[in-house]
Amino acid sequence: MNLERELPTPTTAVLRPRGRLTMAAATTLKTAIDGTVADGHHLVVVDLGETEFLDSSGLGALVGGLRVARAAGGDLRLARVGTQVRTVLELTTMDRVLTPHVTVDDAFAAG
Amino acid sequence: MGRQLLLRVIVVVTAILGVNYVAWRWLESVNWSAWWIAIPLVIAETYSLVDVLLFGTTMWKAKTRPAPPPPPPGVTVDVFITTYDEPVELVARTVEAALAIRHPHSTWVLDDGSRPAMRAAAEALGAGYIERTIDWADRPRHAKAGNLNNALFQTEGEFFLVLDADQVPEPEILDNTLGYFVDDAVALVQTPQYFTNVSEADPLGSQAPLFYGPIQQGKDGWNAAFFCGSNAVLRRDALMQLGLVGYVRETERAVREALTTGRSLLHRASKQAEDPREAMALRQVRKAVDGALERVAAGEPVAAVTYDFQRRLDEVSASMVHADLAAIRADLAALDLGGEVGALPIATDRELGATLVDESALAQLAARELSPLHAMAEVQALVGAVDVGRSDEAIPVMPVATVSVTEDMATAMRLHALGWRTVYHHERLAYGLAPEDMATMMTQRLRWAQGTLQVMLKENPLVQKGLSVGQRLMYFSTMWSYLSGFAAVVYLAAPVIFLCFGVLPVTAWTVDFFIRFIPFFLASQVLFLVAAQGVRTWRGQQYSLALFPVWIKAVTTAAANVWWGRPLGFAVTPKVRQDGAGAWRLVLPQLTAMVLLVVAAVIGVIRASLGYSLWVGTVVNLAWVAYDLLVLSVIVQGLRYRGYTESEETTTHESRA
Repeated sequence: MNLERELPTPTTAVLRPRGRLTMAAATTLKTAIDGTVADGHHLVVVDLGETEFLDSSGLGALVGGLRVARAAGGDLRLARVGTQVRTVLELTTMDRVLTPHVTVDDAFAAG
Repeated sequence: MGRQLLLRVIVVVTAILGVNYVAWRWLESVNWSAWWIAIPLVIAETYSLVDVLLFGTTMWKAKTRPAPPPPPPGVTVDVFITTYDEPVELVARTVEAALAIRHPHSTWVLDDGSRPAMRAAAEALGAGYIERTIDWADRPRHAKAGNLNNALFQTEGEFFLVLDADQVPEPEILDNTLGYFVDDAVALVQTPQYFTNVSEADPLGSQAPLFYGPIQQGKDGWNAAFFCGSNAVLRRDALMQLGLVGYVRETERAVREALTTGRSLLHRASKQAEDPREAMALRQVRKAVDGALERVAAGEPVAAVTYDFQRRLDEVSASMVHADLAAIRADLAALDLGGEVGALPIATDRELGATLVDESALAQLAARELSPLHAMAEVQALVGAVDVGRSDEAIPVMPVATVSVTEDMATAMRLHALGWRTVYHHERLAYGLAPEDMATMMTQRLRWAQGTLQVMLKENPLVQKGLSVGQRLMYFSTMWSYLSGFAAVVYLAAPVIFLCFGVLPVTAWTVDFFIRFIPFFLASQVLFLVAAQGVRTWRGQQYSLALFPVWIKAVTTAAANVWWGRPLGFAVTPKVRQDGAGAWRLVLPQLTAMVLLVVAAVIGVIRASLGYSLWVGTVVNLAWVAYDLLVLSVIVQGLRYRGYTESEETTTHESRA
């Protein structure tokens, strides 16, 4: 996995994991979310448009990130969710907690 | 296949004979004039029939698996050695053996005791060392389940092998088990637990050859092989999925409860609101609570609902701050004195370490008269605590189930409910140490029984979604067997009552009785014998009756814990010296029963000789007493046991050779 970070405003951030988001990548992603939130970008959108594969461990890292963002008074949202990722969200029933937004802008606009 | 067919024939015959006998007992032979012993006895016999039928069901599909394929290429594996307070040298022995496992892997010591000496030993040997992260401070630790969960978020292998601190693995343990995971649906491979510090006679009944053999193979046939906490390989992704599903379930439930409580709290507070601005703010918050509840009920993702809810509450508070700073200050000062914000009704079960929204505390909170501002702060804190961030837990996602003191059974049952498969691999691949004194052994059995019963009462397998009928019966069967303590009391009391007072629980000891009872009794013994395939099961049978006070205590404490939130109270086990002196106090009920049986036998013989009772009934009951005494005699053997000595060692080397 490689990870691209974009900081549109001082309080927001977009993270784009590319490739496979499994346990091996989960720690990197979690660390990146922690750092981003600590820098004051409390509202984090994870753009999964270029994530080829996500497993339960990757999703676990996202829940960890959600917790960190919420504790800082912000939020973590998902955008551009593909078929495979959507299947994992449904299999783990995580779609009942996290909304998969169609675009990054939608994700920011929600809430 | 011939053997399996024979076994099935015996199962069917036993079932027919058993139903025939017990039906006759209920319909024709209950001595109603002595109902106080007759009814308990017929219920106990029915219990035993169900037990035999469940055992027969288990054996119906007992399967011996062929050797698995070789491990899938390139898989990554972590070996976890869990420890809390075991001697460092003992753990080090396991670590050395774990490092020597042939398949590529990383070895980790999961030290829940955070001991510097343990860390040094692990590092010196070249193993990794993991202790709880700072997140666990002041939060429920969830014992071994928590220890494993903590490690799962600090490692990254696709599979992990769990070993208790004393379980020394063989080098081929991974080579011989990983192959099963070629099937993507397999989540767990369990291997037997075997103890090396146990002599041939096994006075404490430590080996479980019937369980780690025919019973697990039978459960495996129904795709219900149990996870036993150690000597098992697990698929990380399956556990993670389990954790996420549990996280979603807990979050939804907790948020709904917190919002509902918040609503009653605000309702009461609004009656007190004199200031119109306060009243207005409370109305707005109540609207927000109602809106959030509606959205959750409508199935909207919880994160979005709680996010919007918290923002709305922030807005309302902010508007009030602008409106009347002075009033707020005064109220805050009052709050400080009360100091009650943040004292949330979230209770922690001490043994289990589980965080639960305490329902009675919630009700108390809802009934309290709070100032309007205080009420708002309370609602916000309440929802915040159980929100998607789960700030009440150290890690939001708990892959290994934390519902019970025995994490293994609940975890496997949840895996099965999600459609995963489990495998029992019948080959000894790790060698451990069993307790060497009665007191420790009894505490361990009590804990297992309590854990199993907790799962049964909290997540009854008969009604869990996603389980097949066979799986339901396999879980239920194990739980059912722990209810045997009550039946044992009846089986001990009935002959004593007859011999001493001539009270018959059965209408008569006649031919009618014998032609029904004896065939059933013999058939079930044959079933046991054939199913066991030559492993010795007598010790296990003895302890399943002889430990009746332990099983009864397990039922009462588990019920009190689950239904009334009482602690399980392990501490009440009297402290005894390790050498066993004074241990007799622990088995006082059994010793009393033995004395009563002997006294009753003497009285019975005297009564029969004097013509007060018929010889036939007396002989039947004397035989019954003899059987009871034979079973209970294991307690005396256990008490006299002074621990394992090397000279007795015969089984270990033979079996390892």
